[in-house]
Amino acid sequence: MRFYEYESKLLLARHGVALPKGSKLAKTAEEARQIAATIDGPTVLKSQVLSGGRMKAGGVLFANTPEEAAAAAEKILVLEINGHKPRGVLVESRQPVAQEYYLGITWDGIAKKPVMILSDMGGIDVEEVAEKHPEHIAKKHISTLIPFSEFRAKELVAQLATGTDVNAIVRFAAPLARIFMQYGLTLAEINPLAKLADGTFVALDAHVDMEAEARGAHKALLKEIGIGDEETRMARTPTKFELDGAAINAADHRGVAGNVTEFDGTLGLIIGAGGGSLTLFDAVRNHGGDPANYCEIGGNPSVGKVANLTKLILSKPGVTKIAVMMNVVSNTRVDMVARGVIKGVIESGGNPAEKIAIFRIPGSWEQEGFKILSKYGVEYCDRTVSMYEAAGRAVSKWKGN
Amino acid sequence: MSILITGDTTCIIQGITGREAVSMTRECLDYGTKIVGGVTPGRGGREIHGVPVFDTVEQVCKRERVDASVISVPPAFTRDAAFEAIENGIKLLVIVTENIPRFEVAQMVELANLRGARIIGPNCLGILSPGEAKIGGLGGRAVDAKKAFTKGRVGVMSRSGGMTTEICNTLTAAGLGQSTACSIGGDAIIGSSYAELMPLYEADPETEAIAIYSEPGGRMEADLARWVTENKSRLPVVAFMAGRFMDAMPGMRFGHAGTIVEGKADTTAEKIERMRAAGIGVAERIEDIPALVKEKLGRK
Repeated sequence: MRFYEYESKLLLARHGVALPKGSKLAKTAEEARQIAATIDGPTVLKSQVLSGGRMKAGGVLFANTPEEAAAAAEKILVLEINGHKPRGVLVESRQPVAQEYYLGITWDGIAKKPVMILSDMGGIDVEEVAEKHPEHIAKKHISTLIPFSEFRAKELVAQLATGTDVNAIVRFAAPLARIFMQYGLTLAEINPLAKLADGTFVALDAHVDMEAEARGAHKALLKEIGIGDEETRMARTPTKFELDGAAINAADHRGVAGNVTEFDGTLGLIIGAGGGSLTLFDAVRNHGGDPANYCEIGGNPSVGKVANLTKLILSKPGVTKIAVMMNVVSNTRVDMVARGVIKGVIESGGNPAEKIAIFRIPGSWEQEGFKILSKYGVEYCDRTVSMYEAAGRAVSKWKGN
Repeated sequence: MSILITGDTTCIIQGITGREAVSMTRECLDYGTKIVGGVTPGRGGREIHGVPVFDTVEQVCKRERVDASVISVPPAFTRDAAFEAIENGIKLLVIVTENIPRFEVAQMVELANLRGARIIGPNCLGILSPGEAKIGGLGGRAVDAKKAFTKGRVGVMSRSGGMTTEICNTLTAAGLGQSTACSIGGDAIIGSSYAELMPLYEADPETEAIAIYSEPGGRMEADLARWVTENKSRLPVVAFMAGRFMDAMPGMRFGHAGTIVEGKADTTAEKIERMRAAGIGVAERIEDIPALVKEKLGRK
């Protein structure tokens, strides 16, 4: 879950990280003028959106007076960036910069430890720097068992900085590392970390991501920063169809029948489990199928849950057929899924034999499942038919419609 | 032979009185796994399918040799359970639990490394050495597991539990058995990656080829490619890459917690390129895996 820049900075400031003067969120042009008036000198106004490319889109403007700041805020507050409306505008002091650094902490999935990264080529994409100028990147892993200690930050910074800059940057790196570990973050970035003309350092921009699993443990912090429980902060705002899918899954604790993502097509998919869904979605597309949705069933969901998911998918305008497919199952019962989809189709007023393009779920309780399917005239296949082939049969029936 | 577990491996189940763990116990016993005890604090003295239940891992370890532990407890208690197993000298942990915060997974892995223990998972279905033993829910009931998994010479590793069974079933249908199949887990940080299990397969005289299932997200496939190249592996590797549609959908999570495209290195296109450059065969479909394995075996 991504934090807005102003939220990230609130978190950093609580841990003693130095920010530019001012650094407050304005929701109106008047508020922006007032914040600018408290800052002695030029200001920068930054759109608060969860999207990159702010500068390019005109979401970052400069001002010399409080009146200019108000005018800039007025423009930014109505500017949509990549489909995102701004939450507000961050007003900060603007000072001459001598050098920009990148400072970040993220997970290294291979070392399985957090890794601190520093670059003296700040302000630009760090992945690009790592690729083209590896000598400008310093890295240091940190232990998750031994309490964090300053020396690790010094070992990082001393690879690239000298003199009093070492200690100055450590005063950013150490708290960033502590914040990263304390709050279950997946990314904590200060980019750029600026050395100003007067030799002091400030965090010009910041970006923090918290993993969904950590939200429960940090409710107090989220409340204090102003992030509500209802804010999912996903890459894409969930559609009603997706929210309905989530509600179906949440209403019954038995197994999973959810993780619904809406697509533009008309071939409904009831697929599972995690890896099987990825495999099958690719297969449907390879055959030229146009899916109405992605979803995942698994962990032996109840008949009612599968039926409700089936009804939801059939209720999507334009959906003509559904394909019910999984990898060979060992936990989920074939007969339960068969009952669920048949119930869902019938309750939607459809004929299972006609609506269900294919049923390909082999595995536990398959004989019982296949018996039910043949009773309703639904085309099914066992494990001798591959997932890819089953997807092909589904697509050709859907095309013939 | 096999890797990680054989018919002689003794194991315990932490969280044995949980609903899923009870049926997992039945499945494993039926498959022939030696389960010497179960642990649920406060339930000591009971029995689950004839397996004695203890309050602590220490109590079982005093009575029995314990080679492995399957951890099937809620996410909030998993770190404690893993620490308990490791600190009592157990060297192989299979963590089934899903939704454990990444920081806690890293702590478990770091402690395991310090103590010379190995973790498989979290968010995995376990390990199955056909004809020997299975620990975890992989393959389901013994009767179903015996249909999909057969003894043989292909080592299987998969980020998806369900797809482990699908791939083994496909290999079995083509007359290719498996040495050991390992569901390695779907999280961003897992105890044992492909590259970390490769040396075990490499050292196992009966394993002659490797089949893997992979997904978008993370550097695990690139790391496998590096390992295979650097170590001049004797084992031909065939990979299947799912979730290709995700390359065009950055920031979205599908399937497993670790499956998300955040940068170029996370995409299937990039992973496939790296694996191909290392001589790893990439199957377009699951059903193409056996032919690719046979072709690579024939070429040796």
